[in-house]
Amino acid sequence: MGVTKTIKAKPNVKIDEHHHDEHHDQSFITKYIFSEDHKVIAKQFLISGIFWAIIGGALSSLFRIQLGFPDMDLTALSPIIGNWLTPQGKIDPEVYLALITMHGTIMVFFVLTAGLSGTFSNFLIPLQIGARDMASGFLNMLSYWFFFLSSIVMFISIFVEGGPASGGWTIYPPLSALPQAVSGSGMGMTLWLFSMSLFIVSALLGSLNYITTIINLRTEGMTFFRMPLTIWAFFVTAILGVLSFPVLLSAALLLIMDRSFGTSFYLSDIYIAGEALSNQGGSAILFQHLFWFLGHPEVYIVILPSLGITSEIIATCSRKPIFGYRAMVYSIFGIGALSFVVWAHHMFISGMNPFLGSVFTILTLIIAVPSAIKAFNYIATLWRGNIIFTPAMLFSIGLVSFFISGGLTGLFLGNSVVDINLHDTYFVVAHFHIVMGSASFFGLFAGVYHWFPKMFGRMMNSTLGYIHFWVTFIGAYLVFFPLHYIGIAGYPRRYYSFTNFETGRIESFIDLNTFVSFAAILTFVAQFIFLFNFFYSIYRGRRASENPWKSNTLEWTTPVEPGHGNWPGKIPKVTRWPYDYSKPGSKDDYIPQHIPFSSTKDSNMPEDEHR
Amino acid sequence: MSNSESPKILRMNPRIFIVWIFMISISMIFVSLISAYIVKKGEPGGFNVDLPTMFYYSTAVVILSSIFKQLSYFASKKDNFKSQKIYLLLSLITGVLFLVTQYLGWVQLVGGGVYFVGHPDGSFIYVLSGVHAFHLISGLFFIIYVFRKAVNLDIHSKSMIFIEMSTTYWHFLGGLWLYLFITLYFYNI
Ligand code: HEM
Ligand SMILES: [Cu+2]
Repeated sequence: MGVTKTIKAKPNVKIDEHHHDEHHDQSFITKYIFSEDHKVIAKQFLISGIFWAIIGGALSSLFRIQLGFPDMDLTALSPIIGNWLTPQGKIDPEVYLALITMHGTIMVFFVLTAGLSGTFSNFLIPLQIGARDMASGFLNMLSYWFFFLSSIVMFISIFVEGGPASGGWTIYPPLSALPQAVSGSGMGMTLWLFSMSLFIVSALLGSLNYITTIINLRTEGMTFFRMPLTIWAFFVTAILGVLSFPVLLSAALLLIMDRSFGTSFYLSDIYIAGEALSNQGGSAILFQHLFWFLGHPEVYIVILPSLGITSEIIATCSRKPIFGYRAMVYSIFGIGALSFVVWAHHMFISGMNPFLGSVFTILTLIIAVPSAIKAFNYIATLWRGNIIFTPAMLFSIGLVSFFISGGLTGLFLGNSVVDINLHDTYFVVAHFHIVMGSASFFGLFAGVYHWFPKMFGRMMNSTLGYIHFWVTFIGAYLVFFPLHYIGIAGYPRRYYSFTNFETGRIESFIDLNTFVSFAAILTFVAQFIFLFNFFYSIYRGRRASENPWKSNTLEWTTPVEPGHGNWPGKIPKVTRWPYDYSKPGSKDDYIPQHIPFSSTKDSNMPEDEHR
Repeated sequence: MSNSESPKILRMNPRIFIVWIFMISISMIFVSLISAYIVKKGEPGGFNVDLPTMFYYSTAVVILSSIFKQLSYFASKKDNFKSQKIYLLLSLITGVLFLVTQYLGWVQLVGGGVYFVGHPDGSFIYVLSGVHAFHLISGLFFIIYVFRKAVNLDIHSKSMIFIEMSTTYWHFLGGLWLYLFITLYFYNI
């Protein structure tokens, strides 16, 4: 726990701090609520994301109770969730479906897309490329408020008559198209679609701004190949968003037409209680194509920002240049491009020409190449580094671990033949919770621990950070690793109960499920350590210095709490890449990006020309 | 080394850039809808639709509108304020006329027995033209906004950014219809 001692305040940037407190004649409302300042908007996204993460986590604890302790009597909880229970005090089967649907939607979109990209793209892009703010503060503000509206609609939908959407976060029709199918496909589904349309607008406005800002507002000297890897990751994430979210909008639009106006885009030959519906000519598979054309890039929208954050933290805390900077950039682009041509690996079982299946298998396996390059480069950066184990660093290393162990199971699932057995089992659930859920959550935590000093001018408590890390890291493996076995044993996902099959085989896994639920609830509760640390440190944390991690990137050249416009004086010029750590000949083990070569004669190298 | 220390940064006006990215994301909506439509047309059990004659007129109208818009752009560049405003107004009127002809096209479709609610081969035509019309309305509002600026003499050879943005967007919308129309035409013969 020596970190807090070894890293001392050492002001290394000479910017006069006089006009730091220019008189802002902003009212409370324009400053904190309808703010156009990217830093405030970032915090708004962060707080909203935390709110949603608590809700999403609580929902998962509820359905884990059903899976792990199927006979438990929950009547004690009835003051809170009374109308979700059966008279026997068990979770109602349809409510169970609603819970997993909301859990998935909330975690994927509201926490790990809006909460993650919204926070860190907003906060870091202007600060790290040397801009005073986003290209359009107004659109940026709109982006947050669209997200806010969408959040409100989604939140309300949890409580409406009939319950929230319950067709799974992938909302496949005909289940989601016909209110007769499940009660959540009534009002709940309508609100889901409305909320997600607002969400898409918000995501598009955000991405529009990120791309424009990165291309047009870089400070002098900040060439593309001098940008920190965080920025590259946010950049590609935004491009993926611009190209894929509109497709989800199309999918949603056609679904809305089917639901509200009676068209047949996704419906055909449907019989309900022996009655044929009049819808003819549609195709449910069409929806799956449209959905997964967004859905697969979406999982990279979720993971790439975390990978960017991790690159930055691992280099800083290993005191080493990132290994293979250009290879990292090209792999981000490789992953981004390939993510558009693999969507059908979610549909191997939906009735696909086997030849097409093998094409998508090959394309899917190719994604392993850039992913592996990234994993190797992280490890090579850590290798023989002078590692400083800050909480952020631990979470970053945790991310690398999850990215590898979850990525490996992707190779199984990507084989169309193996997938026949594994599809729609808990093996899939294990896979994506490790590689997407845990990994990007760890990136989010790492980012918060690392940039907290710049966000709030104070440090988070690192002892609590270590406890939080170890409980969460071990907890996540205890929760998600056993799910592989459960999946291989044949447990289908999205089933309310497994106790009625009487095959003997399924029943023999009940105790493992109990174990998983136990670990899950414990891990969820442990997150309150983080919450306490976060909110306590905002007000009471130790005051931060300007550059507590001795990092090279531009955000650490701003005052401890940067005001509107970020730099009180002129924006620093950039002269070098961001990874000059432990450069031979240099007396400090880091050289920030704005230090000119003329003042570092002892450590200049011939290859600096190309950076 | 001195000039590699602070190389020049590529810059484009951020507003124009935003318009371009916006157009890319709109294109993705239509790319996905058109792909869905093309796949649908390849399946058995569907039917071909005789495109309404009104769609031919509307195509001509939207091209005309684009031309007016471009003329207004040229006029602004030459600080010719009178024709700047006249052409803007003409593009606005032809834009509205386009919406009217599209609506009449729908009426013709219904008259021909092709309904919005029914087989997707028909519904898609309504959705494609409808979503396009929706975006065209946003383009009309943009023109009104520019027209107001023009009335205030805010648009001239030294301040072209807004008319440039709206002209780019307007051409995009016109081109988009052209593309939709041609695709619909060839998939229905
Ligand atoms: C406390 C930790 C978590 C637990 C215990 C948990 C547990 C589960 C379980 C058991 C399911 C499947 C339920 C069923 O199908 O019957 C599920 C679904 C899902 N989870 Fe989690 N989860 C957790 C965290 C996360 C995180 C961090 C994410 C973020 C991406 C996430 C995303 C999803 C999604 C997207 C689904 C729905 C997948 C689908 O149904 O297609 N979960 N979760
Ligand atoms: Cu995928």
